[in-house]
Amino acid sequence: MMKEHQHYLSEMVKELKPSGIRKFFDLAASIKGVISLGVGEPDFITPWSIREAAILSLEEGYTSYTANPGLLELRQEITAYLNKRFGVEYNPVDQVIVTAGASQAIDLTFRAILNPGDEVLIIEPAFVSYAPLVTLAGGKPIPVSTHPSNGFKLTPKQIENAITTKTKAILLCSPNNPTGTYLNKEELTKIAAVVEKHDLLVISDEIYAELTYDDEYTSFASIQGMYDRTILINGFSKGFAMTGWRLGFLAAPKPFTEQMVKILQYTTMCAPHMLQHGAIEALRNTYHEVESMRRSYRRRRNFIVQSLNNIGLDCHTPGGAFYVFPSIKSTGMTSEQFAEELLLAEKVAVVPGSAFGESGEGYIRCSYATSMEQLQEAMQRIKRFMDSLELKQNRVQELSTNN
Amino acid sequence: MRLSGEELEVLSILEENHKIPVEDIALMVNSSVEDVSSIIKKLEDEKIIVSYPALIDWSKVAGEENIVAMIDVKVTPKRGVGFDEVAERIYRFPEVTSLYLMSGAYDLSITIEGKTMSEIARFVSEKLSTIDNVISTTTHFMLKKYKHDGVIFGENNDRDRRMVVSP
Repeated sequence: MMKEHQHYLSEMVKELKPSGIRKFFDLAASIKGVISLGVGEPDFITPWSIREAAILSLEEGYTSYTANPGLLELRQEITAYLNKRFGVEYNPVDQVIVTAGASQAIDLTFRAILNPGDEVLIIEPAFVSYAPLVTLAGGKPIPVSTHPSNGFKLTPKQIENAITTKTKAILLCSPNNPTGTYLNKEELTKIAAVVEKHDLLVISDEIYAELTYDDEYTSFASIQGMYDRTILINGFSKGFAMTGWRLGFLAAPKPFTEQMVKILQYTTMCAPHMLQHGAIEALRNTYHEVESMRRSYRRRRNFIVQSLNNIGLDCHTPGGAFYVFPSIKSTGMTSEQFAEELLLAEKVAVVPGSAFGESGEGYIRCSYATSMEQLQEAMQRIKRFMDSLELKQNRVQELSTNN
Repeated sequence: MRLSGEELEVLSILEENHKIPVEDIALMVNSSVEDVSSIIKKLEDEKIIVSYPALIDWSKVAGEENIVAMIDVKVTPKRGVGFDEVAERIYRFPEVTSLYLMSGAYDLSITIEGKTMSEIARFVSEKLSTIDNVISTTTHFMLKKYKHDGVIFGENNDRDRRMVVSP
């Protein structure tokens, strides 16, 4: 006789926590007329010439597999791009792998480098999938909290405190989701010294590299001495507005990529052929569109940071991505309470900071990848919400003094 | 005229949507309301910002549909003033909505709007063709407007298809 289905499942999978965003998604999706600042992807549709190239590829019948690491033509474009844009050199033949989104590239990396019990430092607040991916690959994610006092920038000391004999690697994400925090060359160099000292690897998630607004971007692989220790992760989703295409890539020293290709062979084989043609067009001919999207995000960032500060929600100016991470501590609520009440009272969806790790508690993530009209309306609604909270507080105070 | 980065930003924001409040533009470019106002004033004074018209799809308004024609015109340029004199004679007609000097098979490209075909035919035969220096005209009637000044007309298929919350 068959037992309960639960009995047959992997203990590791059962123990994985469901994404903290999921619950909130269900609630937000059930309400009509919501303005969402909760979306983690561009509001732009993929530039037409990229879409057109993929359509053409289908028309011409490119429906077969490609080489495991992707079309060589695309890998050549990727290495040329990495070199031109970030000054790092990779061999397109054996150092680059095209993946189904940057997430798969991260998954491949963990599976390729982790032995059971190996520890990976995850810098929090962090993107929701890093820690579970480490667990699934048999490793142990170790959260490292950053601090709002310096805009959530990672410091060498914070890493040092978390390092043990089992520490294998650090996952860096700059600009960061959810804080938007960007680490410049000087800050990365300081981190590199610790990496060197403790003989670590760095998985550098550079998916938001095209979206920095104040400084030129520095790739971790370009920091002196770090090339051989870095697995560089990037992709088309954010910069080129291609999230739904699921196209990412990684670049790394050959001994790493050689092993990763084996995993790819036995899992997804390769990224979709016709979509890779779109990516070739993206890198070849559409960089001006990336620049124009960046300008547009920058304006909206300036608008939302100042608006939130004016409303009384303390907010640092993030150097990149399309998120701001204001503090809601002044309201005395937890970030989940705040997000829920804001959604119910004013129909504005934001993501509670606690979904991104313990150090995100007391903050909310607002994505400004939405139209200026929507942002303007959202700011008015948030202001009204904050005013109503203040009114409530005042009334409570009055009552308590009267009594 | 060379413009500063901030002035270019203001122009580009206004080009997208000129109804956006000055206060919001100031936030977007990290500047004060006074500074942005004086930038806009300067750009208007210099005629860099020429006007703030609304782009209207008249084909959706019953009884207000216009007939639009594009006319290719060959002219003999005049010594001393080239094409400018004859161009001025033409663009002063209010029914002429745009006029360009072109390279290639003809010289002037006119866009003209009228209520009826005969109104446009009358303009071509009575006004345009009778101007000295106009050698020939070729009139093309516009059948449908798909895109104008960077804006796609009709159904907007570019609505937000994203999930309401995502990581």
